[in-house]
Amino acid sequence: MLEITNLHAGAEGVEILKGINLTVNAGEVHAIMGPNGSGKSTLAQVLAGREDYQVTEGTVRYEGKDLLEMEPEERALAGLFMAFQYPVEIPGVTNAYFLRVAYNALRKSRGLEEVDPLDFMDLIDEKLKTVEWSADILERQVNAGMSGGEKKRNEILQMAVLEPKLAVLDETDSGLDIDALKIVAQGVNNMRRPDNALLVITHYQRLLNYIVPDYVHVLVDGRIVKSGGKELALELEAQGYEWVQEAGAAS
Amino acid sequence: MTLASYLQDFEASAANGGGRPEWLMPIKRGAIDRFEALGFPDRNNEDWKFTSVAPIARTVFGRMAAVDTLPTAADLEPYLIGPPEWPRVVFVNGHFVEALSTVSGLPDGVAVRTLADAIAEEPEFVARHLSHTASVEGNSFTALNTAFITDGVVLHVEPNTVVEHPIHVLYLTDARVGEGATYPRMLVVLEHHAQASLIESYAALHDGVYFTNAVTEVSLQAGSRLDHYKIQRESEQAYHVGTLEATQERDSHFQSLSFAFGGAVSRTNIYTVLDGEGGYVTLNGLYVVHGDQHVDHQTRIEHAQPNCTSHEVYKGILDDQAHGVFNGKVYVHPIAQKTDGKQTNQNLLMSPRAKIDTKPQLEIYADDVRCTHGATVGQLDDQAVFYCRSRGLSPAEAKTLLTYAFAADVLEQIPSRPVAQYLERLVMERFLGSREG
Repeated sequence: MLEITNLHAGAEGVEILKGINLTVNAGEVHAIMGPNGSGKSTLAQVLAGREDYQVTEGTVRYEGKDLLEMEPEERALAGLFMAFQYPVEIPGVTNAYFLRVAYNALRKSRGLEEVDPLDFMDLIDEKLKTVEWSADILERQVNAGMSGGEKKRNEILQMAVLEPKLAVLDETDSGLDIDALKIVAQGVNNMRRPDNALLVITHYQRLLNYIVPDYVHVLVDGRIVKSGGKELALELEAQGYEWVQEAGAAS
Repeated sequence: MTLASYLQDFEASAANGGGRPEWLMPIKRGAIDRFEALGFPDRNNEDWKFTSVAPIARTVFGRMAAVDTLPTAADLEPYLIGPPEWPRVVFVNGHFVEALSTVSGLPDGVAVRTLADAIAEEPEFVARHLSHTASVEGNSFTALNTAFITDGVVLHVEPNTVVEHPIHVLYLTDARVGEGATYPRMLVVLEHHAQASLIESYAALHDGVYFTNAVTEVSLQAGSRLDHYKIQRESEQAYHVGTLEATQERDSHFQSLSFAFGGAVSRTNIYTVLDGEGGYVTLNGLYVVHGDQHVDHQTRIEHAQPNCTSHEVYKGILDDQAHGVFNGKVYVHPIAQKTDGKQTNQNLLMSPRAKIDTKPQLEIYADDVRCTHGATVGQLDDQAVFYCRSRGLSPAEAKTLLTYAFAADVLEQIPSRPVAQYLERLVMERFLGSREG
């Protein structure tokens, strides 16, 4: 589904990613862990197509296509979803409207008819259950006036509506208390299917208790220095990032 | 040169019986004298610092000729607001068109008349109110309008009477008959505890060069409430100067919503005096311009008595090389303790060549007041555009959504749903038009 080969990227002339290799197949959950400044979020931004980052070397193929050649909206319409670390506030636009516009953009791109607000309400009812929310949230403005936890939950609601093939969760756990974390993780787990995949980017192991990864990769200074199964996350939690950093330096 | 042509027009019209009735003549004569003394304002005039009226001053605008063929009901369709039973008064090139107007179904105690009829039928009432609130002293355009008063609308609501539907006064211009000026004049008198909504809209049936110079005088007696909408969608080659002046007695509520989309050069003045305790005014506005348009708003709120509240939000969206001006004055008299005043002007520049001059002005002579003001100028947030794109919206769709969102809180203030729908559509059309253009 996703194939990253020797990816080098940076911003303002500073190289941040220094040769990432990663393959994610359908049905898999990959976790990328790493200390602050290791390039985790840069990787997420490059995958989503943020123009502030320049790719200097390497390739990213998504379902056989050159992802780096695609506009951000083309990536979204092709089934790539990023849950933002810092979801952007859009005062003046209700959640209901925003979700419907995004959902209809997706339908249009697939040659399907747009749904009207009433039909959309039927559909959204079921999606709200995924994140254990009441319909009140639909009349709120997109992320504006929401707590940190609500914003993250709102990202997962968007994900539930758009049903992506590949979702990149960029530090979705940060700023969540344990109850909110469980709800968000449960929501994500409900969406797991054999034909979709998840890339979970996190600093802490905590989230991985609830969204259990098939593979864990440790990112240090722009490179994946260690990969393993879910037990690697626990080891990291116990020993700290210094352990892999030293291992990385030694190898 | 052109000053002289207005004076000649005035004399010719006066000699021709245009000064009738007799009691009106001194008012008109006084006004033309004021205009002669003042001339058109230039940029040295602090009130016109950012707006040049030279294009108006150098064109000879005679009285607008009447159209040869009146518009049909179908021609009117794009300008109509709300269901057909809503009262409306239609003028074309300054002339009342009875066939297109409907003022039936109004409750007892509500009079909607053309100014010409009111002058003939209710001279004492008109004489009592006309040219009382809107001063010709320092305002050339009000003086010019007053000198050329012919027609317009008088709305008079008796005490404790509520007018259910908004009354729409539609001033249409068709400049295919040649360049010219119209001078719409409105009088609104709400007696104590009366309530009404009035829509004052200006539109072009065909694009062309013309000049609209409008004056509306509003007198709100104790406890009355007026929702006033001004919708300016003149031709983008036209000139528009419109002044509304209100006086508010105790506990009255004046809600003004001003929308400007058209005009090559347009200026809207909205002035109110809170002249009784407990008065409340909200002035909200939205201007959306593009191309070479110049749009100017000047508001003035005078807190002349204690315990009054004024809230003001004006927003502007400027594309291409459009130029916007906002000047909001709040004047608090020494006696006006416990004044609560809040003013905001926010602007969104859609192009690096668009320009805004914003000047909030607070003059406070009382010591126990709460007054704030602020102005912002910004561009669309790149992060928000990216966020929308990452959810599948095209850059154009993202821009439209975010621009609309910027304007949303002014649109949400509109108390009447049909009026809100009409304006939402206008705003949306303008964004889409801009994007394609």
